[in-house]
Parts: sequence; C-alpha cells; structure tokens
Amino acid sequence: MVATTRPALQAERLRADFPIFEQQIHGKPLAYLDSAVTSQKPRQMLDAMRTFYETSYANVHRGVYTLSERATAEFEHARGLLAAFVNAPSPREVIFTRQATEALNLVAYSWGLNNLGPGDLVVVTELEHHSNFVPWQYMAKRAGAGFRMIHVNDDGELDLSGLDAIAEEGQVKVVANNLVSNALGTINPVEKLAEWAHAQGAIMVVDGAQAAPHHPVDVQALGCDFFAFSAHKMCGPSGVGALWGRRELLEAMEPFNLGGHMISKVRFEETSWGELPHKFEAGTSPIAEAVGFGAAIEYLNEIGVESIEQHEQELAAYALERLAEVPGITLYGPPAERRAGIVSFNLGEIHPHDVAQILDSEGVAIRAGHHCCQPLMTRFGVAATNRASFYLYTIREEIDRLVDGLHKVQKILG
Amino acid sequence: MDDLYREVILDHYKNPRGHGVIEDADATADGMNPLCGDEVSIYVQFADDGETVDEVKFSGHGCAISQASTSMLMEMVKGRTAQEIAELPKEKLLDEVGIPLTPIRLKCALLGLGVLKVALHRAKGTPLPEEWAGLDELELK
Repeated sequence: MVATTRPALQAERLRADFPIFEQQIHGKPLAYLDSAVTSQKPRQMLDAMRTFYETSYANVHRGVYTLSERATAEFEHARGLLAAFVNAPSPREVIFTRQATEALNLVAYSWGLNNLGPGDLVVVTELEHHSNFVPWQYMAKRAGAGFRMIHVNDDGELDLSGLDAIAEEGQVKVVANNLVSNALGTINPVEKLAEWAHAQGAIMVVDGAQAAPHHPVDVQALGCDFFAFSAHKMCGPSGVGALWGRRELLEAMEPFNLGGHMISKVRFEETSWGELPHKFEAGTSPIAEAVGFGAAIEYLNEIGVESIEQHEQELAAYALERLAEVPGITLYGPPAERRAGIVSFNLGEIHPHDVAQILDSEGVAIRAGHHCCQPLMTRFGVAATNRASFYLYTIREEIDRLVDGLHKVQKILG
Repeated sequence: MDDLYREVILDHYKNPRGHGVIEDADATADGMNPLCGDEVSIYVQFADDGETVDEVKFSGHGCAISQASTSMLMEMVKGRTAQEIAELPKEKLLDEVGIPLTPIRLKCALLGLGVLKVALHRAKGTPLPEEWAGLDELELK
C-alpha cells in the first residue's frame, strides 16, 4: 500500500450520505454518539443491498443458472474486498460469519476443543469485550486449562510487565486481545503480544470489531493468527461479520457449524469437509448482507481509513478537552494520541442511565452501561460508565451539545 | 424527561428515606439488575408480633429511578404486615412513582419491591408473585 497524504475528512458533507440524520429526536437534530456499539448506514451501502436483492439475488454456490452465478460473483467479490481491507494473503482465508462474536466462538470451539488441555493456559486481557473473554473462559474451563488475565494500568492501557510470570505458570496456548478497546478506546500493542504469544507457541486471536472501522488493519503486519470483525460497526448491515485466519490453522481445524455447503462428500458412514472457506460456512450465508459489507468497505476505502482515524483522533482530543470543563467528571482511558474515537466517563455519583436519559431528551445518544466489559468495570470500581463514541459523520457541534447536556444533567441531578 | 425527573423523584433520590443497613435484620435479600448494574439490599425488622414491619432500610446504588422508587417503597411498607406486602401489587408503587416508564426503566423502578418480596418470602414464606412483568429477567440472588 502506498502511503499518501489525504485531505481532511469532510464530516459535514459525509453526513448527507446517512438518511438517519434527516430526522429529529425530541424535536432536536440527532447527535448520534454511539457508533462504537453500531454505526449508522450510508445510502451507498443501503442502495447496494437493495439493488442486489432487486437484480441479482439467488442462493450462492448452488445453481448453474445465470442469477445464481451473478449472486455468487457478487458474494465472492465482497469477500475479496474484505480480504484486501485487512491485507489477508488470500480471500480463501476470509470466512463470513454472523458477527465478530460468532467468528471468535468459531476459533474458541474449532481450535480450542482440539488444542487445549490441562496444564495449558489461555490468556486474555482486562480490556476484552465479553465476546473475546467469555468463550475463552468457558473453553479453558471445559478443557481443564488455566485462564489468566493481563491487567491494565490506571490509564486503561495494558501492563505487559507480568507476561513472563504468566508464562512460568503453564504452557500458554492462546492469547486473546482486542486491537481497540470498545470501552475505553485504548489502541492495544497487538504486534508485541503476537510476538510474545508465538514465542510461547501460542496462537494470537485478535478481536478487531472496534478497530476495523476506524484504524487501518494489516493482519500480516500485526502478526496475529485470527482477526475477527463485524460489518455493522463499519457502515455495513447487521447480521454479517468475518474471520480472517492463517490458512494452515484453518485447514487443520475442525468445522464449527455442520450442514449444507460445508461438505465435500457425505456418505452414511462418513462426511468429509469442503475446502476453505466453505468448510466454515455451513448453510445459506447472509448473502445480501455480505454484499452490503463489501459496499461498506468500498465506501470506507473511498474516504480512506487513515482519514477516518485522523478525524476521530481530533474529535477525541476535542472531546477530552471539552469534557474536562464539566465539574465532577471522571474521564477514563489513555491520552487522545493513544486512543480511538471513544471517550468513557462518569459524572460524580450520577448513574449513567440517568445521564443518558437526560441527554436523550436533548437529542444526544450515548451509551450508558458496562459495554460488555464487566471485568474492566470492576477494575475501575464502577458498575457502568457513560461512553460517547465517534465516527466519520461526527461533527464538533455534537460534542458541544454533549457538553451542554452534561451541564444540564448536573443542574438536575447534581 | 422533565416528567421523569420531576420534583418528587429528585427529592427521594437526593434524600432517600430509610437508607441504611439493619444489623441482624429479621429478613434480608440482595438483588441486582444486570442490565444497568443497579444493586439493592433490603433489611427488615419485625415488631413483637413477628408480622408487622417495624423498621425497613435499603442500601445499594443505582439510577435515580431505582433509588427514588425504593425510597418511596420504604415509606409505603412500614407498619404493614409481611402478608400485606406480599400482596401489594406493583401498580401501587408505580402509581406512587407516578411517571411514564419505558420497559427498561420499569425494571429499575421495581427492583426494590422485588427484593423486598424475596426477603419476606425467605423469612416468612410469603408467596412470590408468579407473573410480574418487568421483574422476570432480574437476577434476584
């Protein structure tokens, strides 16, 4: 990939691509500051799905008729776009799943069931979303393996000083980490962890759901073995995600879901599995969703993920600066230059649900809760936080409205 | 919203009635709403008849709605018998709270009442409601 200087992203102009912003909430323009949980959808992606349904829809890899061939070509074209987006060596290593969660479960089951046992260790981090925590905790328990956690410091950044101590406790077989923390926005040193994992003979499993929409991804440069991501967080539809996996690992793994399409030969006595990626794509895939995923990636490529990242980092810096003005606020996470466009905070003792409810009356949508990161909430001694998160369509004015809304919350409940 | 955080709710939120702990309570239970992390513990002390609530307190943390509604509940149940409280319909408390609640916030508002009913059930064997919309997903410990 050739490095180019890109013009600054024009969020105001891009907003016109998103029909959702044409409405008002409680009589006010929608300030959608919850893109970390799911992003809004551009017309280009919606049109691509609609056109596909209207002109090219059939099941894929099934029929010999024209429509089926057309649908298959579009489906596989999308796979190719995904592969290029994360710099996968081959589209055959990219598996369509329902979401990142299913992709991570696929690895936990298909790889974990055959490779984990007593004496082995599964290592996760305190920053993990439950989707890269719970499957490993469950699988470790089921296999009789140990389960260890890499902790974070007060800035919400991973403290890697305990790695050697962990390695002394057993045979590390899996290291699982998100490239970007959904709760705090921390950008994690996955390359370093991958190097350490491989030195232990372990696999490195990366939850990229929060990274892929905002941060250029190169799975080969990361040095990971698996990378999971999800369309709905990156301008694509819900219902489809993807797993990239290192070919030799995928080939050695057992299938996850069993049924139609994933087979090579079925006899009463025995069934043999299909080739990659089909071995892991049992049943009818989310076909139009995959096409929409491809269209979303084309949309992001058009803007440039580097530009998106830069825009979000500027917004994060601005938000951290503006939020610091609010009396009684506690901000969580690293400094702006080391985080994605996510800001978690608490307003004194005021419960995040109350904060979010009052902000909603101002048309400002933020997330209030544990963000599927209860171990992290425990680390910071809170049950929940407020979280504002940004994307390519976020503008500074929305952050100003957030800050104004927080002053109102203080007035009512402070 | 202005309805939601009306004066009476804010008053109970900021000055909760019966907030505290009763050591050696006759009946107690804890409950949480995993969705928002609201946690409520309730402590009951009976009068000499062993049936009438002489003292009732709550501790825990949560949103304004859960804290205010539990505070209102404390005022409502003091002096009533365990049986009367077990039969207390949730609508009675919701009337007192008096604000329109979405299904999610309904769980916040009913957390305290559910925990109290569990405490009484444990101590006195009073019936737990079979059907209680809004409480069914609560993780009552």
